[in-house]
Order: sequence, then C-alpha cells, then structure tokens
Amino acid sequence: MSTPRDKTMTIDQVVAELEDGMTIGIGGWGPRRKPMALVRAILRSELKGLTIVSYGGADVGLLCQAGKVERLVYAFVSLDTVPLEPHFQQARQNGTIPEVVELDEGMFQTGLRAAAQRLPFLPMRAGLGSDVLVNNAHIRTVTSPYDDGEELVAVPALHLDVALVHLNRADAHGNAVYLGPDPYFDDLFCMAADRAFVSTEEIVDTAGLTVDAPVQRLLISRMMVAGVVETPNGANFTTCTPDYERDEAFMRHYAKAAADPETWSAFQQRFLAGSEDDYQAAVAAWHAEQRGQA
Amino acid sequence: MTDATRAEVCAAAVADCFADDGEIFGSPMGTMPMLGVRLAKLTSNPDLLISDGESLFLGGVPPLGAKADVVEGWIPFRRVFDVVAYGKRHVMMGATQIDRHGNQNISAIGPFDKPKRQLLGVRGAPGNTVNNRTSYWVPKHGTRVFVDQVDVVSGVGPQRAKQAGTAATRYNDIHRIVTNLCVLDVRGAEDTLRVLSIHPGVTADEVRESTGCELEVPGDVAETRTPTMQELILIREVLDPRSLRDREVPPQ
Repeated sequence: MSTPRDKTMTIDQVVAELEDGMTIGIGGWGPRRKPMALVRAILRSELKGLTIVSYGGADVGLLCQAGKVERLVYAFVSLDTVPLEPHFQQARQNGTIPEVVELDEGMFQTGLRAAAQRLPFLPMRAGLGSDVLVNNAHIRTVTSPYDDGEELVAVPALHLDVALVHLNRADAHGNAVYLGPDPYFDDLFCMAADRAFVSTEEIVDTAGLTVDAPVQRLLISRMMVAGVVETPNGANFTTCTPDYERDEAFMRHYAKAAADPETWSAFQQRFLAGSEDDYQAAVAAWHAEQRGQA
Repeated sequence: MTDATRAEVCAAAVADCFADDGEIFGSPMGTMPMLGVRLAKLTSNPDLLISDGESLFLGGVPPLGAKADVVEGWIPFRRVFDVVAYGKRHVMMGATQIDRHGNQNISAIGPFDKPKRQLLGVRGAPGNTVNNRTSYWVPKHGTRVFVDQVDVVSGVGPQRAKQAGTAATRYNDIHRIVTNLCVLDVRGAEDTLRVLSIHPGVTADEVRESTGCELEVPGDVAETRTPTMQELILIREVLDPRSLRDREVPPQ
C-alpha cells in the first residue's frame, strides 16, 4: 500500500536546512505556542543576518539578543504578563536591530495571506493615517478601481523562505493538529513559506490525530510541510495548552535575568549553552530548586 | 451615591461608553475597561458580546479573573481581525501618549529609529481606529500622557484620518477617553480634545494642570455621574470582589 513519505527530522537537521540571510516566519503569538526548541537551536547555530517575521515574544527577544536578526517584521513583542520583552526593548533602544518593520497586527496577517495566495499585496484600511506608513516608506497605497475610488493600503506580501511552527500533535507526514484555544496564524505562516517545519509535542500515527480532537482542529496539511520534528515540552516557556500552560515562574526568571548583562550571562550558561535535552533538564532542575526553597 | 470611590466612578464612566453600542463586540484591554464593559452588559446594554480576552465569547458575565460557565462563540485572534474589519466592535485600549488631536501612541517614546523607550509596538491600534469604534482608558491622567503630539501615531485621531482620505475617515470613530480625572472626547474645535465631564472631587484647574496640551473645558462642564446603588453592588459584590479596580485607581 502506498503511504505518504516520512518527513521526520531531528532539531539539528531542521536547523541545517536554514541559511544565513533567510527570511524565517515563526508561528504562535507572543508567549503562546512558540516553536522554542527550534528557536533555541538557531541560537546555538552559526546562522546570521536573518529576517524574522513574528507576532513576537521571547523568540524575537532571544534572537535579537544573540545578534541573529538583520531585519525584524512584527506588530508587537510582548510576554503578556511581562508586557515589554526585555531583550527586544534593549535591542531597539540600543539600535542594534539594523532594520525594523513595525506593522499593525491585522496588516501582518494580511501580508501573510497575500504571500499564501501568491499575490503581491492585498488591500485594507489598517495603516491609513498612522505612522506605520511613515516609518515604512516601502508600503504603498492603492486606489480602488471602482466608483468609490477609496485609497487603501496595499499591504505587501510577507513571503517567507521558511516557516517554523509548533503544534500539539503531528503525524510523520506533516499533518498537524492544535488542541488549544486558538490556531493563531500557523497555517498562514506555512502557506506563506517556501518550506515549513513543524515541531510537535508528539508524533502519532495519522488515525491518532483525530482520536481526541474534531477534524476541524487539523490546521496543518502535509502538503504545506517539509519536515516534522518531535520536541516534547518544546514550546517551553510559552503555552502549549492543553499539554501545558505557560511556565510563568521560569518566564519571570528569564525576564529578570535579561535585565542585566551579568545575570543574563549566567542564565545563558546555565540554560542555553547545551542541547535541547540539556535545556529541559536545566529548567527541571531550576524548578526543583525553587520548590526546595519554598 | 456619595460614597463611591474614584475607581467606581471610572467604572461607571467606562460602562457608559458602551451603553448605546447595541449588539456588538465590546473589547476591553486591561482591568478597568473590562470591569466597565461587564458592568454595561449587566445594566445598560445586555446585548453586548464579551470575551474572555483569549478566544471565547462568554454567555454569562463572570467576575474579573473567573472562568465562564457558558460559552456563546469562538473568537480567536484571526476572527478578531475579521470583526475589526466587519466593524461590529468597540475597543477600549490603553495609551502611553494621547495628543491634542486624539492620536494615540503605544509603540515607542522618542524617535522611532532609536527610541528612548521601546513600548509594545503599534499592536492593532492602526487597524482599530480606521475600522471600529475606539475609546481609551488612562489610569493616570498626566502631562506626559496628554501631549501636544504623540511620538509614534499608533491609534489614528480624526484629523490624521481626514488627511489620509475617505477610506480612513469612513469608519474612524474615536468615542471617549476616560481617565482617573475626567471623561473626554475629540469633538472640540478642529477635532481636538474636549472635556465632557469631570469626576466628583476634581477641579477643572486640576484637569488642565495635568494635561500637557491645549484642552477645551466648557464653562458649564458637567460632573461625571456617580454609580447607582445597583451598579455599586454589581461592582463590589459581583464583578470585582477582590477590588482589582483599586490597583489602577487607588482610593483617594
């Protein structure tokens, strides 16, 4: 019997597919369901000069801090309960991100949608009258060819070389299901990209995808996906509801450490210097310590 | 009611912003806006749709921070953007700066290229303000919030919308700005800030001194109404028994 091909990979194999200067879209939203295991692997790599496209959280902060980002496309960068992402804030205030494109949240989605539909742009109202159009001289307006003659924003396509997303379950072929409250824009990221890589809590057989989830939760189809990698707890410290919620204590530890170069260097050595397994072990040990002190 | 706190006056003033909205999505950002929207739903406007701020439309009106018993719809971020464009939404956002012309800034302080202080980013403010009714909540009315010109126009006021053309003015509707001192709109001369009412215990001079730009204060400016007994009971015993409102606007 013919079956679709097996696309399972390791974290390092995914990162080996990336190149300097690429445009990389990162799924999820702020501190929610981010492919953090893949982000951490990029931090460990030699990659540089990346364009990062993200509804940003710590993914953006970490990549900026590590000097990986040449150009950043975002609408916000936030950890929600810690409103301002400390590394991103420092990078902006020190002027260390060479180019930024700050968009309205809806424009960002429209840009992905245009890329997913292989269009040069899509029109919308968002952006009109705001400094988004002042600070991004490359964004033009377009006049409606119909009787209304309205002048709208021509949101340029956000075409991606690669998309990285994290879903609750996937099969080896790239079909993937989200089990949490919100799909975010992960399907659009995949369709806006030449190649998409899905990291997942657990690789299951195809039938397993719909055992405990209605078929409408099958957000990602294998036709959009180039590779699948199993990364248990791989969204940590962001949410991956219902598998786990945000690791609030560790996120606050991260934010506090990020505020000062010395504490940051200690954080980096303890949590980010080794492999993904090392990271997970170090976070577990940190939690055990906290419980010990409580 | 004379024993209402300033925070409770603010909650009722926020609720009044949503009283005439009819059957639309009331979309509050932050504690006081959420309290006010839920108060409106329990009093002046039962047709309002409210969400858990995550992805669910709530059937009931739970207290701040509590989970809903009944869910009446699904509103993930992608559908929020659809509803923004559809227009049946009234958002109340925060504002780090608001200027004389009702432009709002949540992006950055100082020059955009190298900000003195990077804030959240423009988020949905540009899209909100040219698509659906938008109000603002300012917990600390001060001269650094109300400025002559915001550093980064995130939310678009009526004058900037007019300069951008019909597509921007068509649905631009900056409804109210509620602060800890007063209620304003942007229907002063040439689309500028105008005080609609001043909270009990606050003077017009105090409002002027706390505002870093020109401000229209009508001579016969009204006093903001105090909450009714029913509203006070709803605020204190139903919606906010933990008094989260006092953290935003401390008792005098």
